[in-house]
Amino acid sequence: MNWVRKDLLGLEELSKEELELILSTAESFKEVSTREIKKVPALRGKTVVNLFYEPSTRTRVSFEVAAKRLSADVINIATETSSVKKGETLIDTGRNIEALKADIIVIRHNFSGAAIMLARHVNVSVVNAGDGWHEHPTQALLDIFTLKEKLGKIEGLQVSIVGDIAHSRVARSNIWGLTKLGAKLTVCAPKMLIPPGIEKMGVNLTNDIDEALKNADAVNVLRMQFERDGETAFPKQLEYFKEFGITKERLKQAKKDIIVMHPGPVNRGIEMSSGVADGENSVILEQVTNGIAVRMAVLFLVAQANEKIKNENTD
Amino acid sequence: MKEKAKILDKDGIARAITRIAHEIVEKNKGTQGLCLVGIRNRGVYLAQRLASCIKNIEGTEVVTGALDITLYRDDLALASGVPVVRKTEIDFDINDKNLVLVDDVLYTGRTIRAALDALIDFGRPKSIQLAVLIDRGHRELPIRADYAGKNIPTSQDEAVEVRLQETEGVDEVVIIEKN
Repeated sequence: MNWVRKDLLGLEELSKEELELILSTAESFKEVSTREIKKVPALRGKTVVNLFYEPSTRTRVSFEVAAKRLSADVINIATETSSVKKGETLIDTGRNIEALKADIIVIRHNFSGAAIMLARHVNVSVVNAGDGWHEHPTQALLDIFTLKEKLGKIEGLQVSIVGDIAHSRVARSNIWGLTKLGAKLTVCAPKMLIPPGIEKMGVNLTNDIDEALKNADAVNVLRMQFERDGETAFPKQLEYFKEFGITKERLKQAKKDIIVMHPGPVNRGIEMSSGVADGENSVILEQVTNGIAVRMAVLFLVAQANEKIKNENTD
Repeated sequence: MKEKAKILDKDGIARAITRIAHEIVEKNKGTQGLCLVGIRNRGVYLAQRLASCIKNIEGTEVVTGALDITLYRDDLALASGVPVVRKTEIDFDINDKNLVLVDDVLYTGRTIRAALDALIDFGRPKSIQLAVLIDRGHRELPIRADYAGKNIPTSQDEAVEVRLQETEGVDEVVIIEKN
């Protein structure tokens, strides 16, 4: 299996073998972060630009740490303080970054398909750090990596995804990745938050949290964004917690060693109780650690592939 | 690609390993503070074989580790295809140890240069020594082996292939003519 893509835009387009290659490469990179000197020279002299059109701390920091552990130079652009405010288009911004001789653009954008469009217009590598409701491939990869590390395999696992499925790129990327690797998926959400046609992605549907937990090997709990609802947020939060919140009580009906994941930041007392978030089933902080290894693997693979493409073009 | 000559067979490899094991013990005056680190892939198995030979000689266990040098290579951009990154597993402290680096073939010396950079990121050994099964010449860097199973003069049109039970299912070393 050889990695040939200069970009990582989503998991939908990847083959099972490509997914497995990223995961095994990430396994090798995980060790680097356990060293006293947490750095390897693999991307020395390369420049990674984090181009974030949406506020994000954890994803941006994770990419920044990953790039730095590969010895790359990192530049962060938050668009609130950039020329984007002056009306520069995404493609112009991309080409300007390319003119700076950057090697990789990591992009977070509120429009679905933004990363794909940027990748078509620039020769540098593009890594999608979340585009609208479309995909968030590295988050799903780190979820899958964590699952595989904990349970040894993905094939045949029962995984439930709970929360706002309709507006979640994390859910979509997880569904693509996990189904390709042979897991069986159940999505669980209030009716309003299940997008029509989701069954076509090969998942089971339920509105009953206890059913979603019952036979699951793992549950991935998505973040609810009630803060956007203003003053109606609080009653909605209470109601959501009552219907869908993961509690110790509810976990008693589930498999004893069910794995509880969350992409963070956790709304304690909304998506899950504090007892669950900090409990023995939770792998939330391990996900953060694994995110570095997965992003190192992705940055390394796209950079190497792009290097090959450039060499072939000059031969 | 034509097989030109078999330089070592199973017994030949076993004898070379036994001799190197004796030399390592002799030079280091025993196994105190000694550790072996094999370079992936075949160096790891050779290091394990050396460790078991040393155990037969001295009756003591020597710790072994595995080093993947992909991320330290100076020819990443030149390699055909994206190289596979494998795990580095050095589960012991290398500070103040006499560390023997083990690889199958010593050629240009660039792999060893990368390995030295990688090791120094892990700590400061008291000494680093180099053991190889085959030294085929054509060095591009000032690097030499402290222990060599066999020195073989080769041409650069030839390739030396070390095959091991653990990786290829057979113990032998052959010279292959390219084209």
